Amino acid sequence: MEDFFRELAEEAPRWNFIWMYEERQQDKILSGIWMTIKLSVACVVLSVIIGIVGAWLQGARSRIVRAIVQGYIQFFRNTPPFVQLLFFYFALGQFTPVVTGDDGWTQYPIITNVGWAIISLSFFAGAFNVEIFRAGIEAVPNSTQEAAESLGFTRLQTYKEVVLPLAFRVSLPALNNNLVNLVKTTTQALALAVPELLYQSVTIWNDYPSAQYPTMLLVWVVYILLVGILVLGMHRWERGMRIPGYGT
Amino acid sequence: MTPNSGWTPDQPIISLRNVHKSFGELEVLKGVTFDVMKGEVVCIIGPSGSGKSTLIRCINALNDIQEGSIQVEGQEVHDAHLDKLELRKKVGMVFQQYNLFPHKTALQNIMMAPVKVLKEPKEEVEKRARALMAKVRLQGKEDAYPGELSGGQQQRVAIARSLAMRPDVMLFDEVTAALDPETVKEVLVTIKDLAAEGMTCILVTHEMGFAREVADHIYFTDRGVIVEHGPPATFFTEASDPRTKEFLSQIL
Ligand SMILES: Nc1ncnc2c1ncn2[C@@H]1O[C@H](COP(=O)(O)OP(=O)(O)O)[C@@H](O)[C@H]1O
Ligand SMILES: [Mg+2]
Repeated sequence: MEDFFRELAEEAPRWNFIWMYEERQQDKILSGIWMTIKLSVACVVLSVIIGIVGAWLQGARSRIVRAIVQGYIQFFRNTPPFVQLLFFYFALGQFTPVVTGDDGWTQYPIITNVGWAIISLSFFAGAFNVEIFRAGIEAVPNSTQEAAESLGFTRLQTYKEVVLPLAFRVSLPALNNNLVNLVKTTTQALALAVPELLYQSVTIWNDYPSAQYPTMLLVWVVYILLVGILVLGMHRWERGMRIPGYGT
Repeated sequence: MTPNSGWTPDQPIISLRNVHKSFGELEVLKGVTFDVMKGEVVCIIGPSGSGKSTLIRCINALNDIQEGSIQVEGQEVHDAHLDKLELRKKVGMVFQQYNLFPHKTALQNIMMAPVKVLKEPKEEVEKRARALMAKVRLQGKEDAYPGELSGGQQQRVAIARSLAMRPDVMLFDEVTAALDPETVKEVLVTIKDLAAEGMTCILVTHEMGFAREVADHIYFTDRGVIVEHGPPATFFTEASDPRTKEFLSQIL
């Protein structure tokens, strides 16, 4: 197998699948994929939490709280995620506290570039999730919530036991789309030198121009698989949550 | 809410005094006064939009009031310090549109409030819930989702769900209005059983035959006031108010 790709690289100089026979490059690719997965999972989880909390706050009594949530949504929805990433890392990053390393001399920011990428991308996708969940919550009839209220449920209990489970089902298709977008947008963390798949790939083809086509091909394939798995999982979930006799 | 209000069962379990309720400019209740004794069945009838739903929604604090007083077992309902949970434990409510939780089975619908709100042990609640399913004549439907039940069946689950909280008073807001004529009866039978057991009931209804049969007292409301009331024996035959007469002539 390794020999096959070594020979192929010699015969066809544009098709140097270098990470198939050179361990160092292979490690880069594998660690890149792993970073992409970690980044995606962290952002998906965090952005969904932001969405739930944001949608809950949008129903708050305080006008100020609602205005803040609305401002957050407008800001993150109407500006490019790429600019957000740069802003978070280079502008806000300057103000983050640092800790001193074991040598008593080196200083590390407590939020790394990976941390900033996760924060920035999560808030970006979270803004859409707030709107998605909001729409789901609005689809839950007020009368159903009143029934819970008349049974003694507090607002929080009603939200947890009745509104969220129903809103979630309504929101899943739109959430699905947004999370797919989020996973794809993680490639932009490249700009913060986050060593995810695209970043690693670029370093490989900068070092070995002959490996450019194969590496690009690999990036396509990995993303098709990653997003494919996500979509498949989400569809399964949608089906599993379907209520007999409810909706279509 | 003080636990000891000095209320004793020989006093009215529900007492309304000069209740006024507005939605913005629109005054819906214009001074409603009546008492309900423990074990009584009271029917409220009247034209659509006369404030019947609003009236009973004020009794369990789903709506607030602007003036007057509503007491349940001697506790003022519209009090800033009201313990809403205490009130809702005492007063159950059934709605026209059933409003079951569509993502829970019939049994889960009944169990949810006692488990989540009262924090009672699950096994015990399940036993009670199964007994309630039998009581509303729905054995075998425990694991059905609301979407798989007919309107009448859903409404009976809704009644069982309220009863699971062991309320002292039940409020019914036109609970048969959305049902097919054939299924109206099964729900009315369930309510009649309850009344026979001594449950205090306040019903908004258009079922005059039913009101005549089970009510201890009938109130006729129009445009936010009670214009006529009395026990069924005299109410239907001796109504003196022209609006009541007109309404009765249309509906009977
Ligand atoms: N939440 C609300 N906001 C504004 N107006 C309302 C609201 N609920 C009811 N109303 C109005 O109050 C009046 C009485 O309504 P309702 O109590 O539902 O009457 P009924 O049950 O006797 O048909 C109607 O004119 C209705 O439009
Ligand atoms: Mg009504």
